[in-house]
Amino acid sequence: MLILTCPYCGVAAEETELAPGGEAHLTRFGPGSDDAEFESYLFYRENPKGVHFERWRHANGCGKWFHAARCTNTLEVFGTYPAQTTEPPAALREAISAKRPGWSWRSFSEET
Amino acid sequence: MSIRLSTGGRFLNRARPVRFSFNGQRLPGFLGDTLASALLANDQMMVGRSFKYHRARGVVASGSEEPNALVNLGSGNRHEPNQRATTTALFDGLEATSQNHWPSLEFDIGVVNNALMRFLPAGFYYKMFIHPRSFWKHIYEPFIRQSAGLGKAPAPEDQDPDTYEHFYSFVDVLVVGGGVAGLQAALSAAQSGVKVMVIEQSAHWGGRAPVDGGTIDGMDPDAWVEKTLNTLKSMPNVTVHTRLMGAGVYDHGYALAYERLSDHDPDKGGVRHRLWRIRAARIIAATGALERPLSFAGNDLPGVMLASAVRDYVVNYATAPGQSTVVVTNNDDAYRTAIVLKNAGLDVPAIIDARPEGGGALMEEARGLGIRIETGRGIARVRGLRRVVSVQLCEQDGDGAVLEDIPCDAVAMSGGWSPVVHLWSHCGGKLNWNEAGAFFAPDPDRAPTDQTGAPFVYCAGNANGAMDLKTVLQDAVEQSQNVIGSLGCESGDASVPSVAQTQEAPLLPVWLMPAQAPKALRSKAWLDYQNDVKVSDVQLAAQEGFESVEHTKRYTTLGMATDQGKLSNINGLATLSKALGEDIPAVGTTTFRPPYTPISMGAIAGEARGALFQPVRKTPLHDWHEAHGAVWEPVGQWRRPYCFRRDGESTQDAVNREITATRASLGLLDASTLGKIVVKGPDAGRFLDMMYTNMMSTLPVGKCRYGLMCSENGFLSDDGVVARIDDQTWLCHTTTGGADRIHAHMEEWLQTEWWEWKVWTANLTEQYAQIAVVGPQARTVLETLGGLDVSKEALPFMHWVDGTLGGLPVRVYRISFSGELSYEIATPASHGRALWDRLLEAGAAFDATPYGTEALHVMRAEKGFIMIGDETDGTVIPQDLGLHWAISKKKDDFLGKRAQQRTHMTDPDRWKLVGLETLDGSVLPDGAYAVAEGRNANGQRNTEGRVTSTYHSPTLGRGIAMGLVHRGPDRMGEVIRFARDDGETMIEARIVNPVFFDPDGEKQNV
Repeated sequence: MLILTCPYCGVAAEETELAPGGEAHLTRFGPGSDDAEFESYLFYRENPKGVHFERWRHANGCGKWFHAARCTNTLEVFGTYPAQTTEPPAALREAISAKRPGWSWRSFSEET
Repeated sequence: MSIRLSTGGRFLNRARPVRFSFNGQRLPGFLGDTLASALLANDQMMVGRSFKYHRARGVVASGSEEPNALVNLGSGNRHEPNQRATTTALFDGLEATSQNHWPSLEFDIGVVNNALMRFLPAGFYYKMFIHPRSFWKHIYEPFIRQSAGLGKAPAPEDQDPDTYEHFYSFVDVLVVGGGVAGLQAALSAAQSGVKVMVIEQSAHWGGRAPVDGGTIDGMDPDAWVEKTLNTLKSMPNVTVHTRLMGAGVYDHGYALAYERLSDHDPDKGGVRHRLWRIRAARIIAATGALERPLSFAGNDLPGVMLASAVRDYVVNYATAPGQSTVVVTNNDDAYRTAIVLKNAGLDVPAIIDARPEGGGALMEEARGLGIRIETGRGIARVRGLRRVVSVQLCEQDGDGAVLEDIPCDAVAMSGGWSPVVHLWSHCGGKLNWNEAGAFFAPDPDRAPTDQTGAPFVYCAGNANGAMDLKTVLQDAVEQSQNVIGSLGCESGDASVPSVAQTQEAPLLPVWLMPAQAPKALRSKAWLDYQNDVKVSDVQLAAQEGFESVEHTKRYTTLGMATDQGKLSNINGLATLSKALGEDIPAVGTTTFRPPYTPISMGAIAGEARGALFQPVRKTPLHDWHEAHGAVWEPVGQWRRPYCFRRDGESTQDAVNREITATRASLGLLDASTLGKIVVKGPDAGRFLDMMYTNMMSTLPVGKCRYGLMCSENGFLSDDGVVARIDDQTWLCHTTTGGADRIHAHMEEWLQTEWWEWKVWTANLTEQYAQIAVVGPQARTVLETLGGLDVSKEALPFMHWVDGTLGGLPVRVYRISFSGELSYEIATPASHGRALWDRLLEAGAAFDATPYGTEALHVMRAEKGFIMIGDETDGTVIPQDLGLHWAISKKKDDFLGKRAQQRTHMTDPDRWKLVGLETLDGSVLPDGAYAVAEGRNANGQRNTEGRVTSTYHSPTLGRGIAMGLVHRGPDRMGEVIRFARDDGETMIEARIVNPVFFDPDGEKQNV
């Protein structure tokens, strides 16, 4: 059972306090998008063995959505950050690079 | 025969004799006995029949690893199957019965399977019972269920009368295991000041050390254990617990532990079992080791036991499993058993040591006691039917040619020891093969890691592969120091107690006895007692191509029983690796999964049963409903009245009466459970235009609008009436079950997509009571209460107004879900009951009739209104339901808009909403499918529609239904056929307009 620290209220929350919300940093495609764009937004998801970025809600706590960077293999948590962003914070990406050299996830990687 | 010795017994309280019963026979024992020791003390060698072959089985072990001695405990609603006699503490009045036999333990018909054994090898069921296919369900499975299996489950109608609970604990270091390793590790850790919790599964501290001997700091182990325990108990940062088993280790330092508070003393009362949910920064698993059996023919006969168990029964329980015990071993440790037996005045005809050179100092000590020692020898076969009569001596490195028949009535066997690595492995810890000890031990470089990536489980002592007293204590201190260091704490005292012990000679791995045993012997050499798996079965699996240890496990069922292969796993995979010609580490182990030993379902449920299973939400009118015949219906966590039954009325009668009265005059509905979410802010209108399919930003203040909400993939998710309260405020009504979900849905989009929009939401569902006043007299009754102009002109349809009614503050919405003239009146929850009482009082003259959810459903269906969850199921889009009018064509975007443009969504071949009228006026079965011509690729009949809502309409005096039908709206008037539950009988129904009653809306337009 995971522990994730909510970046809003600072509580190291038990998994039972949290609701998972799937992959983070999706770009919404609405009317006007072509089928390929829309289907990739709605259906296609990463399934990495390693570094992953995902959404969680502190549902039985402060109610806020946040993002977590986590290793799906070892369940190591690299960090959590507010959901109001389109990309992981630079400091977090550096921290991941230190622990998982050569990592990449969608358009994000050690270099970018 | 097995006997009680006249003296000794560390755990026995001879001053407290107790009586218990086994298969109805009353037997004596002492407080401190386990059921197993008491049975042995009464010469009850046979305690059960085996799973598959129904062979006679006796006690093998002395702890939780016991595979055979599983019994039914208790009776009636306290009956429990598959309880291990070795961990069941004896108490006065204990009732136990044996399992898996018919008609009795002694005379068991199923033992015919034993005679047929060579026809029932591994995979027999798979091979034999596959054809003909139809025989499985009706013939094979019932037969197998009758003849195989362990205990019987309690009767389903029996409610467990005991209570259970969960405890939560947060510690720095959890030490699992109260042997000398666990106590020493706890002491070393606690001296640094961290919070330590020590748990021991049995009632006794010290583990095996007091039985096995040696001295610690000049004390015998018992004295050292007592002193160390007292030190720990005196430390404010330490708690110690017995009868509390570490059951499982999970991610990020989470552990489950299982406490048995009153199993040993049922009269004590209180909670029976407790499940501890522990968060530990670090876990030290000092879980010891388990002795392995040796694989020789007849090693499952009652009287053949683990050498350590024989020693335990003599030393701890003053019970000798035999008066004449042959010891067979591949290591020095089993010599301790021979010495203990001899010193207790019992006969040891021989120690059979598979090692050509024999053992070390312990062998010399045994020889000094006059015990005959046969080195390089093994047991070819144990003779006996229901108990041991003799063993046949042979050369270990031979094919089992009998050298001599040695009479005896018990056999103590030892194939070496395996660390208990379960907790280490539960959360991903990996193992290394230890060649010298012939066991798997934790690989410290591949430990389970926590959220920071740091190892959080450490094994200590036997569990870590440290196998003698001295290295056990050294390892305990070392691991404890590692743990403290990893927590960034200053370590305290790192001194290791001094130990005096007898040096042991190395073990010789022996996986089959004798080494070249022919098939006849191998097929009687058991690996897994509980699931009846033999050496020959594993070899057959390898021969048939089951090369992976996980496949072999499933094919043979090795290690799959309730003991999870505690005794059998290493022997089994060694046998497999030999059959495959591979090294043991290359074959690997199966996966260790929690719990370590089975835990009760009661403990898992904890307090969450009956009324505490989940909270019940009650409206302000709940008590009134309760007092007036409400038939309750759960809706989410709410309880809503389905109808109000009067004396002598059936439920259907009550529903019909409520509908008729409402349509004729006046009905009242408690609508308080409807979700009420306030959405407020400068961007609230823009936000609601994204949430709803229709336009909400243009809704004038004072007006209401019915709205639909879809998920991003286009499917209809919720509906309800939205009221514009002021310039920046909207009140969104949701379905009863949808309030929390929709509020979360709004927050998700606000927080994660449009976080710059200035919008706030609040779920006010429980702040207001809401009462629907429905029927031709609705206006009259409100006018009787007085305080508000509710005339057609002042409050037109789909408008709302604030004011007072009968002196109570209200907001009145003129909306209708029944087709009648109708007002929904919201008032602060604390006024809800008062408003309800006044409406009843003022409505008495008009036959004011409270109605429930079923009348609500029937009336909305008569009007063709959809219900979320009936007409929708997560695959239905608003367009399927003819709700185009509620989907804005002006808006560029809303959630679901893009998805509703996908080709499948715009396909004219979709099933769409229609009304359905049976030709004979009967009620269509709920969920029935309309049957079309032909069959699909799976040979099933094609379908062309299904019923989504179906009721008897008292208004129309006939059955009415709604359904989704292929191109339904284009097929008005057509008759289609629906299958009844039997799948054969058909009901014909005509496709009609779903608005069955008052299609022009004349009743509400007054």
